[in-house]
Amino acid sequence: MRRVTVPSPAHRGFAVRILSYLLPWQFSPLACVVFTLTLVLYLRGLAVLRRDGAPVGPWRPLVFFLGLALNYVVMQTYFDYVAQHMFWVHRLQHLILHHVGPALLVLSAPVSVLRAGLPRPVWRALRARWVRRPIGLLWRLLQHELLAPVLFVGLIYFWLIPPVHFLAMLSQRLYLLMNWSMLVDGIFFWWMILAPIEAQGAAAVPYGRRVIVLTAVALPQIVLGAYIALCSRPLYSIYEVCGLAWHITPMLDQQLGGLLTWIPGAMMSAVGVLVILHHVLQADRRALAETRAKAADASAGAPA
Amino acid sequence: MNGAKLARTGAALTVVLAVIGGMLAAVIGCTRRQLPGRMTNVAGLVAPLKFHMTDQGGAPVSATSFRGDAVLLYFGYTHCTDECPTTLATLADALQRLGPQANLVRVLFVTVDPRRDTEPVLRRYVSDFGPQFVGLRGTSAQLTRMIKRYRVTYTYQKPYPRGDYQVGHSSAVFIFGPDGRARLLAQNGAPAGIIAADLRHLLPARYAAGHEHGDPPAGI
Repeated sequence: MRRVTVPSPAHRGFAVRILSYLLPWQFSPLACVVFTLTLVLYLRGLAVLRRDGAPVGPWRPLVFFLGLALNYVVMQTYFDYVAQHMFWVHRLQHLILHHVGPALLVLSAPVSVLRAGLPRPVWRALRARWVRRPIGLLWRLLQHELLAPVLFVGLIYFWLIPPVHFLAMLSQRLYLLMNWSMLVDGIFFWWMILAPIEAQGAAAVPYGRRVIVLTAVALPQIVLGAYIALCSRPLYSIYEVCGLAWHITPMLDQQLGGLLTWIPGAMMSAVGVLVILHHVLQADRRALAETRAKAADASAGAPA
Repeated sequence: MNGAKLARTGAALTVVLAVIGGMLAAVIGCTRRQLPGRMTNVAGLVAPLKFHMTDQGGAPVSATSFRGDAVLLYFGYTHCTDECPTTLATLADALQRLGPQANLVRVLFVTVDPRRDTEPVLRRYVSDFGPQFVGLRGTSAQLTRMIKRYRVTYTYQKPYPRGDYQVGHSSAVFIFGPDGRARLLAQNGAPAGIIAADLRHLLPARYAAGHEHGDPPAGI
């Protein structure tokens, strides 16, 4: 049995319907500025790199656009409406904002492109000592292998504590704070985990420790997800209080949401380990090639 | 471990503790907003009262029409068989307990089913509960603006063969002070006694018996 969601544009014409699903449910100037600026910077960077004779292959931009689009869709379209009124859709929203979206953005290695897209004066201003030092310090702190996982898991737990969750879904401002905190923290965390050491500079965490961090963040997510999924009483009454977007029982809603926190959330750690393994193999291959080259040089240069 | 690294670990640990402490403080803050009797303090969290709709008499009304009154805002529909009549009866009971101060309270019943809840239907329905009850009906744009503002929703169920249908809707009662600012949220099942006691807190004490509705409370 299907309930028609009333605020849904389902009864209108096809083109109008598609457009209404894509238009922001609640327009957020912040999201508009951030997403537009990122997109413009990136596109400009692509153009600059192409002009300079160093074009970027199709895959990296594709992954970047996919990550950006996913984050935009869950934050600003009709999806956002459903996420406000269905717990499991809200969990899916956070899975994208905190895990999948940021991981895709990081995997696309966007820094060189974004930097090329920055207008030169802005780039010079950012390089100024009094700007670079505090940002660098803050960055290194957030990339610390102790702080990053605490923030990552802490935010998941914090926003899911029932009284906190109740108010976060009730208040527009807290809701935005919640979603942005997930996205920003996701980018920091997955940058620390997934970016190759060469790209990270002084803040880089060794690959071995990253695997430990990934394991350490997977366990609490499994515990929390399992608790929510298996709990026999309703934990998040706010969805009933404000009305459900679709016709499923609140208990089923909670169980689905728990499963989404439990399995795909923790699975992202496994994916992360695979990416790290790839980095390690790459580094190994490079080291081997260097050794071989050195050996070849040595034998060629050796006196007969 | 060299000195710089040690300092960095120390700083990270300090921030870790600060983060945990901050989160705990926020949790305590949120918990304290849960009041006894399924009430929640939502001051500063829910948007102030603002809307444009039509009342059960067909007159256009807005939030300013109710400035000076404590307002209880509820979304429902007249064909509702369980939640709406129960909630409205509880609110009527709470107003009864308030005595003469009830003249300073308005219950706004916003229909989420304007197709069936025409003005006469709405008029008959709200008059059953008391003179403080106002039925509000909006165009689809007005209603959508309101549910976005209060972050609630409603869904029409598949119609029965005879053509009638049920509507899923929010169960919250948003309570606003005489200044139009949101103060409390009553969940389904909040007892009338507690609602009445909380309303008494919102209303100026000196406005007891004999107050003419419509006078703005002085000094607020």
